[in-house]
Amino acid sequence: MTRPGFVLDVDDRTPPLLVHAGESLRLERFPDGTRVIYPPESLPGVDDLDATIADALENPVGSEPLRALLFAGMKLTIAFDDLSLPLPTMKPPDIRGKIIEQVLTLAAAAGVDDVELIVATALHRRMTANEIRHVVGERVFRSFWPEKKLYNFDAEDRENLSHIGLTDAGEDVEISKRAAESDLLVYVNVNMVAMDGGHKSAAIGLASYKSLKHHHNSHTMVHSRSFMDHKNSELHSSAWRMGRLLAGHLKIFQIETSLNNATFPEQYGFLSKREWEWSLRDQAMMYGASRGLDAMPGRLRRKTFQSMRSEYAVTGVTAGEVEAVHEKTLAAVHRQQLVEVDGQSDVLVFGLPFLGPYNVNSVMNPILAMCLGLGYFFNMYRGKPLVRPGGTLILYHPVPHEFSQLHHPSYVDFFEEVLAESTDPATIEAKFEKAYATDPWYTHLYRTSHAYHGVHPFYMWYWGAHAMDHLGDVIWVGADRRTTERMGFRSASTLADALEMASGSVGRSPSITYLHSPPHAIADVK
Amino acid sequence: MTERPSDPPSSRVGSRGPAVPRPSRADRVPAVELYRSVPRYLAARTLSGRLPSVAAASAAPLRLVARRPSETLPGWARVRPRLSGICGSDLATVTGRSSFYFSSLVSMPFVPGHEVVGDLLDDVDTPRGRLTAGTRVVLAPVLTCAARGVPPCAGCSSDRPTRCDSVTSGHLAPGLQTGYCADTGGGWSGELRAHGSQLFAVPESMPDEVAVLLEPLACAVHAARRAEVLPGERVLVIGAGAIGLLTLLALRALTPAAEILVAAKHPKQKTMAARFGAGQVLGSGDLVGAVRRTTRAMQLKPERGQPYLLGGVDVTLECAGSALDTALRVTRAGGRVVLSGLPTASPDLTPLWFRELSLVGAYAAGPDDFAVAIDLASGATEGALLREVLGATYPLELWRDALDHALSAGRLGAGRIAFALQSDPVAPDSRLESSKGSRP
Repeated sequence: MTRPGFVLDVDDRTPPLLVHAGESLRLERFPDGTRVIYPPESLPGVDDLDATIADALENPVGSEPLRALLFAGMKLTIAFDDLSLPLPTMKPPDIRGKIIEQVLTLAAAAGVDDVELIVATALHRRMTANEIRHVVGERVFRSFWPEKKLYNFDAEDRENLSHIGLTDAGEDVEISKRAAESDLLVYVNVNMVAMDGGHKSAAIGLASYKSLKHHHNSHTMVHSRSFMDHKNSELHSSAWRMGRLLAGHLKIFQIETSLNNATFPEQYGFLSKREWEWSLRDQAMMYGASRGLDAMPGRLRRKTFQSMRSEYAVTGVTAGEVEAVHEKTLAAVHRQQLVEVDGQSDVLVFGLPFLGPYNVNSVMNPILAMCLGLGYFFNMYRGKPLVRPGGTLILYHPVPHEFSQLHHPSYVDFFEEVLAESTDPATIEAKFEKAYATDPWYTHLYRTSHAYHGVHPFYMWYWGAHAMDHLGDVIWVGADRRTTERMGFRSASTLADALEMASGSVGRSPSITYLHSPPHAIADVK
Repeated sequence: MTERPSDPPSSRVGSRGPAVPRPSRADRVPAVELYRSVPRYLAARTLSGRLPSVAAASAAPLRLVARRPSETLPGWARVRPRLSGICGSDLATVTGRSSFYFSSLVSMPFVPGHEVVGDLLDDVDTPRGRLTAGTRVVLAPVLTCAARGVPPCAGCSSDRPTRCDSVTSGHLAPGLQTGYCADTGGGWSGELRAHGSQLFAVPESMPDEVAVLLEPLACAVHAARRAEVLPGERVLVIGAGAIGLLTLLALRALTPAAEILVAAKHPKQKTMAARFGAGQVLGSGDLVGAVRRTTRAMQLKPERGQPYLLGGVDVTLECAGSALDTALRVTRAGGRVVLSGLPTASPDLTPLWFRELSLVGAYAAGPDDFAVAIDLASGATEGALLREVLGATYPLELWRDALDHALSAGRLGAGRIAFALQSDPVAPDSRLESSKGSRP
């Protein structure tokens, strides 16, 4: 029996609790009275995944079965989420590959010859061949990659973009020309958290900067409350308007999947357990892992973490019309991640792990660390934030001054040039965004190398806009002071120091909430 | 005026302690003298990389002496310096970082110092008219054919005395400039000799702390002219020490540059560059990246070595002495790189070839450059800015401290350090009074 998530009140019997801090693990003793939110335990996966996929394709919601949409001579495009989902990367075979195999089998049976597969990267970096092979599987990769029928989306390839039109709110919808001109677009996604999927898939994953800038901006982001609740997210409202316009022009067959909470592979199973239930072996593993990681050379430590492959189980596969599919997927995601929490606290604490969506096989630079904390973790709520307006957010992460020149070249300049002038999202957007978005060097690296688009660091900064607007103070524990200062934050050596620093705004006996994540938990704050 | 071995020019009165030289005869003057010493030269050169202050103050072949000035020949006059600046080329010389190329262009021992404002002690004729004793003058230090009493060479004939071929000829010992010649003396002393062709009267209203900058400002004018900036071009000045700032001033006044970027290393230099009118002030940490952002150029990273740009600024003026390599990497194809500072590092010349760059030298300054510099410095705005450049003055007996300060001037926020050679030294800036005559 899988136990639901729950809220623990720390007392003198509570052992030190696990806290992620980048590429290290800590045990932290929290003050008595601290609320600790534990995610629900992993739900069991479906019994027969192949049969579940087949059933979803045969019995979609709000749509005819896939086989009825396929016909000889048609133009079929299959788009799928890139390797930024799920986190950590899924142990092969990847669920997307398994679904794509079945879609291709049906297409072949229907005599469909014109098939192309597009990695829906939007402005993310191009996936490498090996990364794509990991997602789609060896057979699909070998069949399509050499023929250039399997490729990364290129948002700067003007000749291969199609402007669909404007939404009622005047938003440009511009996506992949191949997808726009297809008789059918099949979109295969992974819903790791509630913000994924729905109209966010095709309308964002296959879109250009011209289209994305309408919702990836400081104004929209600050009014998205939260990203995990699409009905209260301005970002999602915009994506929904775009998606509905798109659906009027293009037949879309959406296939969404939900995963359980098996975030860590078996040998790291203690990371998903509750500390007072750790066996002696778990305790030894924690001790050995934390000491061993701290003693490792940085490169080896990163490799250890980045090579982690998670043994997720699929909890649901739903196919059909985008919105109908997404509602069912959300229900599955909520079943796995939702935890009821009573009210807000003065202080919210996160331990940020080594991985976010944008540093798969790469470095978590300071901007990505900020985005993970203030953009993603902060928004893991439904209703209202876990921390009160003007409250304090305390984050654990070393925030080293470290960047990948390969993956994040514009981040380097963003950190050195833009943040040196302002940390206000709106100011940054007005003064610098266009120059970075149209910079020919960044564009060149995005198109030909494996660099995120020049504008991407701006989007990461905007992700934090709602949190920056809501919070009174942000304090990083164990962080590099230079990097946190540049980003407009403070840093402390210990939790006690951080609480002392925060006492000016939240008092000496603040209410504290610690979100014990990963695995993921969405706080349903009443 | 060439000195004979049997007639030693100076008596050493102390090379280590702070004691003021006591001339044994009335005609001797105090001077800091650079003499030939291979062990000291090697020691200074070795230490200059990591311990430049030690190299300059303790290891360098420098000594404080009571020196008997050479006799004054017709056409020459005695000058009693008021202020004499410590230039980057002086520092490179005393710390052994300058090229051996210069070894045959100097004569030992010599008294450094070529940025001089002083009082004329004799009447003298100049190409600009007669100057009478007591006139406050500045010095164009290049020792040209006129000064050496030889027929004009091609450079001097074409009114380009900085290109004089006779700097080792005539009745003077070899020496490219006053301050590198054993016969003339130099600014780091109580008295020097100057030829009439070298002298320019200082406007009465111009304070000494501005006048002492006229020589480097004239050099900056010369460099700005050599840059041949075209309308609409984007210019980069690398270095925001005194030469960089003065070059910025000259570029703004004399060229149609659309935008002037300045690469500055230290916080005070960045502030000063902004005050001097830089369009943008870039950090020197990742200058290639900063220029790339501004010019939206393509940046490439070779397997070894520093990154470089395809694209970049139209014109770069290298005013730091050690950044020629970077200058070549950030200038667009077909652009120009002006070498304004004395080069102390060897660049990779591949971009010069591949990008078809023009590498232009800008050495010293001619009479016309001085005339422009005097006009420029006489302006109210420019004059006010120039007053901020002189960071501190030192009496000659504290020459070690002065050199130490000069070597750290950028970091300490002082543009130029100078010797105050007369009893009532100039107080350049009330904010810096505390550093006057003492270690800051």
